[in-house]
Amino acid sequence: MLTDVELKAKSIEYRETILRIIKQARAGHTGGDLSSVDILNVLYNNILRVSPETFADPDRDRYVQSKGHSVEVLYTVLADRGFFPAQELDTLGQYQSHFIGHPTRSVPGIEQNTGALGHGLAVAVGMALAAKLDRRSYRVYTLIGDGELDEGSNWEASLAASHYKLDNLTVIIDRNGLQITGRTEDVNPLEPLADKFRAFGYAVWEVDGNDTQALIDAFSRTPFETGKPNLVLAHTIKGKGVSFIENAAKWHHRVPTDEEYAIAQRELQQAREQLS
Amino acid sequence: MELGRANLDVFADTVLEIAGQDRDVLVVTSDSRGSGKLTHYGDTLPAQIIELGIAEQNVIGISAGLASAGKKVFATSPACFITARAFEQIKNDVAYSDQPVRIIGISAGVSYGALGATHHSLHDYAALRAVHNITIIAPADNFEAREAIKAIHNIDHPVYVRFGKAAIPHVHGENSTFTIGKAATIRDGHDLTFIACGETVPVALAAAELLAAQGIECRVLSMHTIKPLDEQAIRQAARETGAIITVEEHSIHGGLGEACAAVLMQQGPVVPFRIVGFPDEYMVTGSQKEIFNHYGISADGLAKTARAILG
Ligand SMILES: Cc1ncc(C[n+]2csc(CCOP(=O)(O)OP(=O)(O)O)c2C)c(N)n1
Ligand SMILES: [Mg+2]
Repeated sequence: MLTDVELKAKSIEYRETILRIIKQARAGHTGGDLSSVDILNVLYNNILRVSPETFADPDRDRYVQSKGHSVEVLYTVLADRGFFPAQELDTLGQYQSHFIGHPTRSVPGIEQNTGALGHGLAVAVGMALAAKLDRRSYRVYTLIGDGELDEGSNWEASLAASHYKLDNLTVIIDRNGLQITGRTEDVNPLEPLADKFRAFGYAVWEVDGNDTQALIDAFSRTPFETGKPNLVLAHTIKGKGVSFIENAAKWHHRVPTDEEYAIAQRELQQAREQLS
Repeated sequence: MELGRANLDVFADTVLEIAGQDRDVLVVTSDSRGSGKLTHYGDTLPAQIIELGIAEQNVIGISAGLASAGKKVFATSPACFITARAFEQIKNDVAYSDQPVRIIGISAGVSYGALGATHHSLHDYAALRAVHNITIIAPADNFEAREAIKAIHNIDHPVYVRFGKAAIPHVHGENSTFTIGKAATIRDGHDLTFIACGETVPVALAAAELLAAQGIECRVLSMHTIKPLDEQAIRQAARETGAIITVEEHSIHGGLGEACAAVLMQQGPVVPFRIVGFPDEYMVTGSQKEIFNHYGISADGLAKTARAILG
């Protein structure tokens, strides 16, 4: 368990690592990584009952990252939690590396291979349903992009989640308002999104998804309602933490130039100084 | 070989040219206009692009409906998603119902290299070969890409075209022609034939040039149409050159190689034969080039296979 100040320091460190490995690999999904940092930080440091030692334990909590393209944040957090040596992050995307550009179970700590959008929720429903069938107490978390919600499979899986009363399942939506082409509300509008999820049988909790304390509060309250799957609608900023990457669709999978990288490092260093 | 542009860029230019003169042409996308180099198209012809968000099944279903009403649809999305996620829509709504949709699989094969298996399309020839009523085309170079897109502007039946996003060397000269269903002879020779498709054709040509320096003269066929297959060109190559190596950016299962093998096994002549493609394994990580080299889809790798088969 980390204090909120420790968590906030971690988020800065994670953002630095993400930018470094994307720059080095010359590929990565910068915007969506930075938007999800605080969510993964809180989950892996304060909420999930899982560690490298317990990863084979049938009672461990599960995390499935459905928005697989944001793999750099997942690898970064898993390295920090000791699932593998941090130096291995430097092989991201390289010839013969295990660290490919989407989550793969050949990397320790990863539950499910993802990367094609709209798959994680159904798998998470299966995991949560198995817990109910076996009367196990583990919980299942899945992170989904807002653009990803265009895929109909999410809504099929939602029907099943509510039918089977999976209150051990927490679905987190990274509601950053952007997909590749532009704003979600211009490409394929989602609003009123919270109402849609309620209509599909979720207990919905809206939160600032870049506020670690608010995220802890939300996750600590699950189940929000007995017998209903939990939905955390996390309002985030795509590219959070670096001024020129924030809220810019073109940063979905752009790699910073040397100059941009230097500015980003400076901004993150300033954020660190402001913390203390 | 002189380096050309990416077939993806050629596609984007050609479809814009066609659509500018034919208002029934529609490009349908799945949050894929950037990946498809279609941002300029969308800005130029905003009334002729339909954006459906990240919903590939919907892209094919809606395209079938549009086609039924006379729209000339280019449904454009990464090959990996459009042929796997939307396979049932392709099979039933397009092929079985005979709705003439042009399905454009971009960044095909291992174009997305290090993004991993979710983003590779090593299954699309196999899957679609088993579906009745869909033509499968993999253009080799910019000439074939442009001719293929022009050739499918007016069609009566479904077509699938797939290509990558890397710059490709020109393999065709000035007087080349392109006919769907007819293999193109890129180079002639009498010792062995490379039957390649898509972006492995320049690699096969490079291997043939390497082998020529060692006194082995190879024929290179661009089998740009995987279905219907030019059976006559395959049998003629076997007869005249006596050995065949097929090359494809696809699984060795169910693709061009097995299609050619079936022709020769059943109709003859049976000759020494090798299929070069991706083996049935968890694919190595790397760029498209690194993956090609790893699995012997390189001038050196193919030359080695040729020497082995010739004994
Ligand atoms: C099935 C499928 N279709 C398309 C893609 C390509 N793709 C990768 S990320 C992305 C946009 C995702 O947007 P969103 O879910 O909002 O993610 P975020 O904004 O958090 O990065 C797309 C279309 C994919 N990975 N899978
Ligand atoms: Mg988004």
